[in-house]
Amino acid sequence: MDDKGLIQYAPIALMFVVAAGFVGTTMVATHLLGPKRKTKIKQDSFECGIEPQGNARVPFNIKYFLVAILFVLFDVEVIFMYPWAVNFNELGLAGFVEMVLFIGTLLIGFYYIIKKGALKWED
Amino acid sequence: MVQAPEGVEGAGFFATSLEKVVGMARKNSIWPLPFATSCCGIEFMATMGAHYDLARFGSERLSFSPRQADLLMVMGTIAKKMGPVLRQVYEQMAEPRWVLSVGACASSGGIFDTYSVLQGIDRIIPVDVYVPGCPPRPEQIIDGVMKIQRLVETESLRRRDSAEYKAMLNQYGIE
Repeated sequence: MDDKGLIQYAPIALMFVVAAGFVGTTMVATHLLGPKRKTKIKQDSFECGIEPQGNARVPFNIKYFLVAILFVLFDVEVIFMYPWAVNFNELGLAGFVEMVLFIGTLLIGFYYIIKKGALKWED
Repeated sequence: MVQAPEGVEGAGFFATSLEKVVGMARKNSIWPLPFATSCCGIEFMATMGAHYDLARFGSERLSFSPRQADLLMVMGTIAKKMGPVLRQVYEQMAEPRWVLSVGACASSGGIFDTYSVLQGIDRIIPVDVYVPGCPPRPEQIIDGVMKIQRLVETESLRRRDSAEYKAMLNQYGIE
């Protein structure tokens, strides 16, 4: 088996080609073979049966994005605390100090956010 | 388990018509769009629940967008103001599509014989199967779905292209 080198992985490569080919073929085939009815109402965007109004691509207030991204940030921080809390006894004092440093760093960031007024909804 | 359709069978091969295979596949993967407006919707929730379990019929995947739905299940009173909405949802469904009218209200207006209620959804969209009852029990809804399944299984692949079908849609003002 040693002298064959990379060629021994050829079946795996072939499997990837077949898998990608199957997906591609079925996607194209369903579009070609599937029944369809192209009317104006059908091509309209779906708005729960109500006439669509205006363009969906309108500028949003940046505050939505800020709040969402900050939520994700601090949410992930809490997720880190779960495995830490489970192994709290084994990690001992060193683990506690590390977590305090971690949370402390994020708290500094949180203080910065508050001071910057990123969470202030009304101007 | 799904039974194989009728066909020619031999050692190592099985042959049947495409129509039967497509019918079998469609029949067992109907994705319903629940249009639940009142109490029949509650019965539908029971139908989807573990006890009655509509998923046994391959319909566990509810679609709340008409784009991926095969079966429009209208359950409840349709007010006249709701009519155009229902019609738009129907028209935006994927092809081929079926309609199940659940309960007295959807089928005929039921007890609401008033100016504000649509006297049956078949006034605006074509209906395939009606389920009577006020509200019907989950067994009845399952019976309706099974009747839809029979329609789906036996429908000719060319039915939706036929002149009769187009004339039928034109009656409702649908292209």
